[in-house]
Amino acid sequence: MDHVTDKLPKGLSGLTHDLGSDQTAFKKVPWGKAMMWIFLLSDTFIFSCFLISLMTARASTTVEWPNASEVFGLNFFGVEVPLLLIAIMTFVLITSSGTMAIAVKFGYEKKRKLCAWFLLLTAIGGLTFVGMQAFEWTKLIFHEGIRPWSNPFGAAQFGSFFFMVTGFHGTHVSIGVIFLFIMARKTWRGDFDTARRGYFTSMKSNYEAIEIMGLYWHFVDLVWVFIFAFFYLW
Amino acid sequence: MPDEFGYKIEAKVDMAASGTSVPPIDYVPVAERPEQELYHSKSWWTTYVFSQDAKYIGIQYTCVATAIALVGLTLSLLMRIQLAFPNLSLLDASVYYQFITMHGMIMVVFFLTALFLGGFGNLLIPLMCGARDMVFPYVNMLSFWVFVLAVLVLVASFFVPGGPTGAGWTLYPPQAITAGTPGNLWGIVLMLVSLVLFVVGFTMGGLNYVITVLQARTRGMTLMRLPLSIWGIFVATILALLAFPALLVGGIMLLLDAVFGTSFFMPASVSMGELLQTEGGSPILFQHLFWFFGHPEVYIVALPAFGIVSDLISVHARKNIFGYRMMVWALVIIGALSFIVWAHHMYVAGMNPWFGYFFATTTLIIAVPTAIKVYNWVLTLWRGNIHLTVPMLFTLGFIITFLNGGLTGLFLGNVVIDVPLSDTYFVVAHFHMVMGIAPVLVVFGAVYHWFPLVTGRMLDQGLGKLHFWITFVGAYMIYTPMYYQGFLGVPRRYFEMYESSYISTVGLNVFITLSALVVGLAQIIFFYNVIRSVLKGEKAEKNPWKANSLEWQTPKMPPEHGNWGEKLPVVYRWPYDFSVPGVDKEHIPQNVSPSEVAGAKVEKT
Repeated sequence: MDHVTDKLPKGLSGLTHDLGSDQTAFKKVPWGKAMMWIFLLSDTFIFSCFLISLMTARASTTVEWPNASEVFGLNFFGVEVPLLLIAIMTFVLITSSGTMAIAVKFGYEKKRKLCAWFLLLTAIGGLTFVGMQAFEWTKLIFHEGIRPWSNPFGAAQFGSFFFMVTGFHGTHVSIGVIFLFIMARKTWRGDFDTARRGYFTSMKSNYEAIEIMGLYWHFVDLVWVFIFAFFYLW
Repeated sequence: MPDEFGYKIEAKVDMAASGTSVPPIDYVPVAERPEQELYHSKSWWTTYVFSQDAKYIGIQYTCVATAIALVGLTLSLLMRIQLAFPNLSLLDASVYYQFITMHGMIMVVFFLTALFLGGFGNLLIPLMCGARDMVFPYVNMLSFWVFVLAVLVLVASFFVPGGPTGAGWTLYPPQAITAGTPGNLWGIVLMLVSLVLFVVGFTMGGLNYVITVLQARTRGMTLMRLPLSIWGIFVATILALLAFPALLVGGIMLLLDAVFGTSFFMPASVSMGELLQTEGGSPILFQHLFWFFGHPEVYIVALPAFGIVSDLISVHARKNIFGYRMMVWALVIIGALSFIVWAHHMYVAGMNPWFGYFFATTTLIIAVPTAIKVYNWVLTLWRGNIHLTVPMLFTLGFIITFLNGGLTGLFLGNVVIDVPLSDTYFVVAHFHMVMGIAPVLVVFGAVYHWFPLVTGRMLDQGLGKLHFWITFVGAYMIYTPMYYQGFLGVPRRYFEMYESSYISTVGLNVFITLSALVVGLAQIIFFYNVIRSVLKGEKAEKNPWKANSLEWQTPKMPPEHGNWGEKLPVVYRWPYDFSVPGVDKEHIPQNVSPSEVAGAKVEKT
């Protein structure tokens, strides 16, 4: 009831009030959204462990670490352009974060079709990213001769970490893309307007789902920024 | 008024508005959200197998965890027979290592973690918070079945070529995946896959537990009115959600080392006279990842036990828990500290010796909040009306066991004392006392306490007392000699030890083994008691222990689907109003309003 939650104190006293109150610790936060935040916190720990392990490995390998800009260069009409492919990939993924945000906005406004279009656009962005990543992997494996267990540029751990971490992130993106397509279809069909029941959970659908999807998607993009920095710029 | 999602937030009609006059002292904030929509099962499969009712899932978790624990128990007894009578040659070295590995992993992860969080968490959280179910029942159901899959993969490793891994439960590389270690091809892979599945399954359940506690409490249930059981499970779940990632990452990297031949953890080394293909990896990195999970894991097991013990002690001593807020903060502080002590498991691992200063300091600081908890339990007993029921006996047993297990932890937390004691039976005795026997005593106490809630029948108290005394005294007969063996320098993980001119503990080993066999067999009493009581035990009256927390206040016992019937309970007080001065009632349940209690002053709790 709005008269309950509108009069809540703000700032630090608001925080202590909310934590000291009954029923909910985070006022007006739906369950699914709270759950996604906690899941993302846990996932942050996973990626942090990966990246800290990378730093440790890089500091302790016996062979020299390969030079990233040399490995990831792309020959573009006879000109060696460092980091070209990865720049495009990053651009596409960050852009898809933008379209996701717009989809969430249209979800709030209950503009069903616009919301669905932008979800679809986001999904296509994600798919493009994964596709380019597949291209990059193929190039690295078949043309550069980089393998998870060894590579011609230097320390074997470079390839191991590269394929493991980008693969783990790519899995995140792929899962996101699958759910984005499902969401786009559900939105287009009007599930969120009619509160249609979920096939598996038999719970009512709700536009909140789009915002929760958005949280996940922005997180995946944010993680990519760190992965990008650690593998390509360092 | 509908909000922007059309998510209609209806307040329950305030009692004042419905005509009945409510005294101002009984005021409780109105409902902030509509009631949870319940999933109603339609078939036998969705009722009993893929159940989405947290209570059933809790029982399912408990049964599977107990079943796998019996495997772990059997392994330990076989190992004890081998140690006492090496001449029998019951187990050879490989099998001994495989058993020691599986025993450790089963007991720590698949038994205690699953039982406390999956079992007691599912059973108690919705009931004690006054919710109808967990917030995402479907995900909760998936969590259980992924856990079952993890257990099956683990058990499958007994039947693959080479058998289960024999790397020790810590799975340290390089030896976990190099030739010469039993199960280095199939066993280790299945173990890691099983752990990854466990983490995935647990995460689904853990998110449910956290959000249910934070966002799905009933009217009047503030965080500081939650029973300490819930606080313990809640903090432990957060630890698990933040610590399991390290295990997952370490597991994935070790899996790649084992399957793809990468060198995350593999240094250049010679195996069986041949130079391995790997080089440049860091075995210490695995140890850091493992123990960043492994140490919080100790508290994932211990914190729910702390919480449950606090509730049992208060109910069975008919006295409010001493220092409730202090107890809550101690749980939170222990949880936070547990993330910065992990390398005390690695004093002899070859890491930078200066680390020892930091990690010894943080480790010893944990003794402060832990000691607060022990003092508060004892002060709760002081001048309480102590009923020596079976749950109370187990509680008392826990306090003493945790005390001696914890005090020996202070020895091991100091680098200079740890170095000679490391890898001796002193360590074995320490961690079995502190995170084996102590939590298991709590599990038993909790089962005797909540059995009537689950089945509507009482467990037999006479058999329970017999079970307690054999288990409790037997545990000391097993582990006290091990402390002594450790001081003598008897190393752990040796599969046969004979008389030697400087250490001779074969006689002690026989004594320990006989005690272990007695304790192991005594558990038959417990299972007999459970089965007999389920079938024809004495019918329990409602709220048989006269407890105050909400799980006993359901309209029916055992509670039905949805827990609360028509109306959700409203909470007016903390769960520890026992023997309140000036009140004619001996105890006041949480859902009794102040105006119903004659003579009591309204106090903020």
